[in-house]
Amino acid sequence: MFRDAGLVAGKDLRIELRSHVTTQQVAPFAILMLILFGVALDPDRGILDRASSGLFWVAVLFCSLLAIQRAFVIESADGGRDSLRLSGLDPAGIFLGKAAAIFLQLLVLEVVLAVGVVVMYGPDVTGVPLLLATCLAATAGLAAAGTLYGVLAAGLRVRETLLPILLLPVLAPVLIGATKAFEAALGGVAADGWPWCGLLVTFALLYVAFGTLAFGPLLEEA
Amino acid sequence: MSSAPLSPQAEAPARAPARAPATTSSPATRVLGALTLAGLALLLLYALVWSPADRDMHDSVRLMYLHVPTAIAAYLGCAITTVASAMWLWRRSEGWWVLGGAAAEVATVFTGLALVTGSIWGRPTWGTYWQWDPRITSTTLLFIMLIGVQALRRIDNEGGDAAARGVRGAVVGLLLFPNVMIVHFSVDWWRSLHQTATITRLDPTIEGTMLFTLMLGIVVMGMLFSWLLVHRFRVGWLEERLGTVGLDQAIVERRAEAGVVAP
Repeated sequence: MFRDAGLVAGKDLRIELRSHVTTQQVAPFAILMLILFGVALDPDRGILDRASSGLFWVAVLFCSLLAIQRAFVIESADGGRDSLRLSGLDPAGIFLGKAAAIFLQLLVLEVVLAVGVVVMYGPDVTGVPLLLATCLAATAGLAAAGTLYGVLAAGLRVRETLLPILLLPVLAPVLIGATKAFEAALGGVAADGWPWCGLLVTFALLYVAFGTLAFGPLLEEA
Repeated sequence: MSSAPLSPQAEAPARAPARAPATTSSPATRVLGALTLAGLALLLLYALVWSPADRDMHDSVRLMYLHVPTAIAAYLGCAITTVASAMWLWRRSEGWWVLGGAAAEVATVFTGLALVTGSIWGRPTWGTYWQWDPRITSTTLLFIMLIGVQALRRIDNEGGDAAARGVRGAVVGLLLFPNVMIVHFSVDWWRSLHQTATITRLDPTIEGTMLFTLMLGIVVMGMLFSWLLVHRFRVGWLEERLGTVGLDQAIVERRAEAGVVAP
């Protein structure tokens, strides 16, 4: 299963390295969002500094939609999904591989966004261990839930419009937990943030478990 | 597939094969419907006339006799959707599929009603239609999730063909209740850090006529829920039949075109 996951993740990341969709399209979009938030919220009122945790995670959430769509679009050309089905790879491995590739791409995006937030919104960076742990846990949850719902919408004519309405309500706990943990790390007491990090880990584990179980039948459908 | 031009015989109406009656009512549901109507009238009398006004909430407490039961019915509908989806994934029988869709639809209606009544109640009580209360927030997210479930089920059911039906709609239905639980829990935790007891909840020690009215509301709303669910289930069942009727009719028509006598 893990060997299969490695193969699928390697394939997806190789496609990304050659096509540069995340680095040349999604990452600029992420920075653009930070600028738009800045314009909408008036930088002089000090809202941006206080809201930087929430805005960071909202931007990550929207970027994750794009990354997830992309992960399944690359399978749609040339009967990629059929070959994936016929490849004999373990469906659980395919799920983990796809999720791992999305996870790594989102981490890169988060680094870009983090630099953008620090430069443009100017929060004081404190509680780095909590920030890093939150990023890892929240991104794992996003990638796992996103891969599961991504395959649900994959192959449908309305997939671009359907995925957000299916996925975003489900991801609300990730947004809440990650924002709370970030706020605790940046301004408050870091100890308050760790329970939220625990919530994110639980969320990620639940969705990894469910995705591993359900991905096989869903891939048959897509 | 015949490419022959339409012959005059094709104009003659083809007789559709006899099918299940095209109605969704039965003696039992008619009795249930009548009882529900009577119950709603009784509930209105109790809620608006016979029960006293609350010490803190005054007359707006009367809306609670409608709000709390609709919210309970909404959650019940979600639970039924999840169970029916799981059963469909296990047994793959048509009934469970139709039940899952019916429950999701009825749950959407009741969730919407719970949101609207809660909002109207919030205006005099909190002075605002919307409050970042954990229940409002998670119920609104639930409402969106229910809409998503139906959007996906509609796509999965496009052909009306049970054999070609995808597991997508069922998996989303199956995930509905766990998601509701996770969202509810996290939103609860989120808000509890900010504010405690700024919201006047129903007095936990409510008694007498008020308690009776609330219980009556729950029972009547349960009856209304069942009545709607049964009817929606039957409509769904007839829709399933319609797919096959349409196919049979088309076959009869094509045979008539070709001048072949039905075997």
